[in-house]
Amino acid sequence: MSHTASQTYSPAPTTPERRAFLQWLTYATGALAAAILSIPFVGYLFGALRKHRVRWVGLGPTSQFPLNETRLATFQNPLGQPWDGMAAHMGAYVRNLGQDDKRQDRFLVFAMNCAHLGCPVTWFPQSGLFMCPCHGGVYYENGERASGPPPRGLFHCLWRVRSGQLEIQAPHLPTLLNTLDNPAKA
Amino acid sequence: MKRILAWLEARLSLRDSVGTMLMHPIPRGAAGPMGWWYVFGSASMTLLLIQILSGIGLALVYVPTADQSYESLVYLNYQQPLGWFMRSLHYWSGSGMVVMVAVHMIQVFLHGSYKYPRELNWLTGVLLLLATLGMAFTGQVLRWDADAYWGVGVGASMAGRVPVLGPYLVDLLLGGPVIGADTLSRFFALHVFVIPGLLLTFLALHLWLVLKRGISAPPVPGKIVDPRTYQEEYEKELKKEGVPFFGEALLKDALFSSLTVIIVVVLAAIAGPKGPGALPEPALLGANPKPDWPFWWLFALLSLSPPAAETFIILVMPVVLIGALFLVPFVSDRGERAPSRRPVAVLAVIVIFAVIIVLTHHGATEPWSPVMGAWSGNAVPEDLVRKSTPLELQGAIVLQNKQCRNCHALEGIGGRRGPDLSGVGIRLTRDQLIDQISNGTPGGGNMPAYGKQLKPAEMSALVEFLVSLRPPGQEPARAAAISQP
Repeated sequence: MSHTASQTYSPAPTTPERRAFLQWLTYATGALAAAILSIPFVGYLFGALRKHRVRWVGLGPTSQFPLNETRLATFQNPLGQPWDGMAAHMGAYVRNLGQDDKRQDRFLVFAMNCAHLGCPVTWFPQSGLFMCPCHGGVYYENGERASGPPPRGLFHCLWRVRSGQLEIQAPHLPTLLNTLDNPAKA
Repeated sequence: MKRILAWLEARLSLRDSVGTMLMHPIPRGAAGPMGWWYVFGSASMTLLLIQILSGIGLALVYVPTADQSYESLVYLNYQQPLGWFMRSLHYWSGSGMVVMVAVHMIQVFLHGSYKYPRELNWLTGVLLLLATLGMAFTGQVLRWDADAYWGVGVGASMAGRVPVLGPYLVDLLLGGPVIGADTLSRFFALHVFVIPGLLLTFLALHLWLVLKRGISAPPVPGKIVDPRTYQEEYEKELKKEGVPFFGEALLKDALFSSLTVIIVVVLAAIAGPKGPGALPEPALLGANPKPDWPFWWLFALLSLSPPAAETFIILVMPVVLIGALFLVPFVSDRGERAPSRRPVAVLAVIVIFAVIIVLTHHGATEPWSPVMGAWSGNAVPEDLVRKSTPLELQGAIVLQNKQCRNCHALEGIGGRRGPDLSGVGIRLTRDQLIDQISNGTPGGGNMPAYGKQLKPAEMSALVEFLVSLRPPGQEPARAAAISQP
């Protein structure tokens, strides 16, 4: 019994041409099936990487930011989905530095994410410091690192003034390699 | 009845498969008193079963969309009948599973059960540990509150440090450029489909290996694992005095699992569900995000590590740790199994868990975090200002107003990032205090420089107050006489 079985299932010393062709055809068809199935899956997953359009969001009239003070301005971030709910309601710290010699407005706009691991920093006007509750990062009023684990200062948002309104480029989640002022990809 | 069973057996043929599995012989020692060491794996599985059941229960009501999930959690807590219990059970049984998997792992390690021929049992066990922790992290995100929102941010920021690929990993993790609806949907898919699928696959493999390689006998000092003879001896022992699993061993498993279930249910009923906490709205100030307890050790490590070493710790350490776990059975595959003959193994367990427990305790108490409300909420202790001069009192006000208390305690109350200032007057001289406050810790260390934040009058009042902070009868600190060589 086992003798006949081994005879039946062991491949013949020289594969007949038609059987070799069938084998080859099966490999090729299988590979093609796997490819046309998996390519759209990979493409679908990597859809998260597609470039987002640059969007500007208003933070309010420049007059609402007093000279040399830091204020939290809130906005709806348009980079997410319409069904983001309150997760899209974000904040940025705005410091009005006054006008330069050419009467151009100067602002500092910081993302509220700590440069360490992204937690929300809180501004303390009395001591002129931003403090992070997570791991204890502290920054000066100009955004520079003061103490704690952050490897750099706060992330700067790109801003502009249009007809008296302060606007910023809608920020993505800023990280060390993908900041907001010099986006690695945008 | 008998005829029905015979009819079913004629079609299903379960006696050969399931029957053999239940009756498979195990070493006599594993069924005796030493068998109580063998109950943690089955208890982990029992908790997994509770997780599956309560998870399905939660999925009946929970809404995995960013704009409604918080509401659905509140609805579960307060309106859905027993919704609070289902959430509570899922949290506590999940926590119990993390503990039980860890205890199971310690037992297997200390008893050397991972050695030849059970290397793959250990390997699949490590994968199960990782899957369990993966469930803990993704589950925390589904509790869509401020902790979840910022917790994802921390995870993404860590992934963002990977050279070159970082920014792409962040987008893949979040499902887009910001933390939002796509993020929650992603973590829902991971928590409900992807990781459970992997976990159950690993579990099936793990159980298959347990059955095929057999349960290891309780370790006996001096009885050495030798790959050349082990299998033969093990089978001989089973044949001579093996006992069926369906019996003493199963009874112990069942009793311990039942106790575990009772503890988890009672704990869930008494302690109640965790959260949801603050709203997942980034514009709201005052969020104080904190991960769930299985990640407190990591939370502490990320706070205490120096900035220069941090990217290394975030990116390389996990690879090294997981790699080391995978390598355990290949590094020590033979030899003694008894813990009494393996001092290095015992010491390793003690050191590793001492480190994890100390870090976890730090993570629980967060001594590095500024206490954001201390400056306005914690008054200066009365006995420190009872005999103060007006100038010193002004200094106490400066100390409060400039948020010094957020990092510095007075008599133990306040932040603990910096030292308690109660007795600072005997430690630092007036000049040292001025230098410390103006310039902070040299090299951008722990304390920010306050030179620009204090007016001269505020500085002198503050220093006056700090110098007065001395135990009764103690002289203020004096500069040491400097002897020039």
